Amino acid sequence: MSDKSLTGKVLPLVAAATMLLAIGMIFFYLPEMKGESGEVLDSSFRIFYFHMPIAITSYLAFAVVFVSSVLYLKNGNYKWDIISRSAAEVGVIFALLVLVTGSIWAKATWGWYWIWEPRLTTSLALFLVYVAYLLLRQAVDVPDKRARLAAVFGILGFVSVPLSFLSIRLWRSAHPLMFGEAASGSGGGLEGTSLQLTLLVNIIAFILLFAAIVSYKIGNENLEEEVSSLRSSFR
Amino acid sequence: MIRIFDIAAKDLKEEFRTKQMLNSMVIFSLLVIVIFSISFGSILGSSENVEMIAPGVLWIAFIFAGSIGLSRSFVAELENGCLEALKLCPVSRSAIYTGKAIANIILMLIVEIVTIPLFVILFNYNLGGLLLPGLVIALGTIGFVCVGTLLSALTVNTRTREILLPVLLLPLVLPVLIPAVMATGSALSGASVGDISQELRLLLVYDVVFFLVGQLVFEYVIQD
Repeated sequence: MSDKSLTGKVLPLVAAATMLLAIGMIFFYLPEMKGESGEVLDSSFRIFYFHMPIAITSYLAFAVVFVSSVLYLKNGNYKWDIISRSAAEVGVIFALLVLVTGSIWAKATWGWYWIWEPRLTTSLALFLVYVAYLLLRQAVDVPDKRARLAAVFGILGFVSVPLSFLSIRLWRSAHPLMFGEAASGSGGGLEGTSLQLTLLVNIIAFILLFAAIVSYKIGNENLEEEVSSLRSSFR
Repeated sequence: MIRIFDIAAKDLKEEFRTKQMLNSMVIFSLLVIVIFSISFGSILGSSENVEMIAPGVLWIAFIFAGSIGLSRSFVAELENGCLEALKLCPVSRSAIYTGKAIANIILMLIVEIVTIPLFVILFNYNLGGLLLPGLVIALGTIGFVCVGTLLSALTVNTRTREILLPVLLLPLVLPVLIPAVMATGSALSGASVGDISQELRLLLVYDVVFFLVGQLVFEYVIQD
């Protein structure tokens, strides 16, 4: 029981506190962005500190789906199915938010919401793959079969995660690359302790948020299982 | 190994006996080309426009026709309990997958071989070469079918299998389709292997990855 109250109470509180700190850092701690000639850049750049942590969290969510899918197929324990179901649902929301924040930022810097270029295309594909995953779950009635088929799709779908992650390194792309060297064009651009610290705190905050939501979701799913088994025992 | 080809041969023999599936795939693919040719009629005058939309049109035709074929691939096995019999065969489950995939690849290649000449005629296309586009299209088809065969077996037991297959399949094969469309365009207009080596490598990697993952998980798909 102690373990349950830990994830149930402490984790959301820690996540909320880190989140507040992270948002505060973005708006009050970050120095103003200066361009190469010293002019003050548009503050739309601040959305990057939401955009990238959300993207990382969505990759993490789909990695959780992948791992728990493999574990479900391996030992057939139903709890892995509940975990992959919960992670996928939250992951889809995060993947959608990546597209939304990216589009808002793109409108501010490029002047349009969407262009067809590799990073954006593969991010959209990633979102669609896991929407399809949720659709597949709805289409199968037998819980056993649903868990098994969804696990297969969860494994297969994960193939598109590395593609999305590597796409800006594989193809010439309009999407900026913040760390490391690209195959073409320039990489890097995020130097300075205050910038990296803000980014780090934001990444931690979003991962904690994800963990908190998923733990709630898993709790809900467990209750639902309990209710349906009670209901069938009364029938 | 021989067993794999036995399963593929069984599927092909069954198909060629009636040619039901193959005929509808070919006709559907040709219809897609005709409809695109009609709807883009006004801009097909300049070869520049044609070269821009050609790879997309070709792949849309292939994918639509392929989806129809794949959706039937395991339905036939369900009738009269053929799938049960297939599972009783003294072969590994992954051999069933490979055999089915080979049969589906051959069917799709036939459709593509018929489609391309009509495409060349209706779009006034000047082919730059045949070997390299053939290689690109074959690699793309292999990746598409590797995922499609697995998903065909996966969706055959669901309530809404006809709709579900394309919904699941299309986002998953995007990693194959993006380099395939890009490389087909360059290859058709006469690029060399060196120009599209990056796309070819990516296609090859995805073919291998999807094929191996299919081998590994197919057993769980047809398990009861």
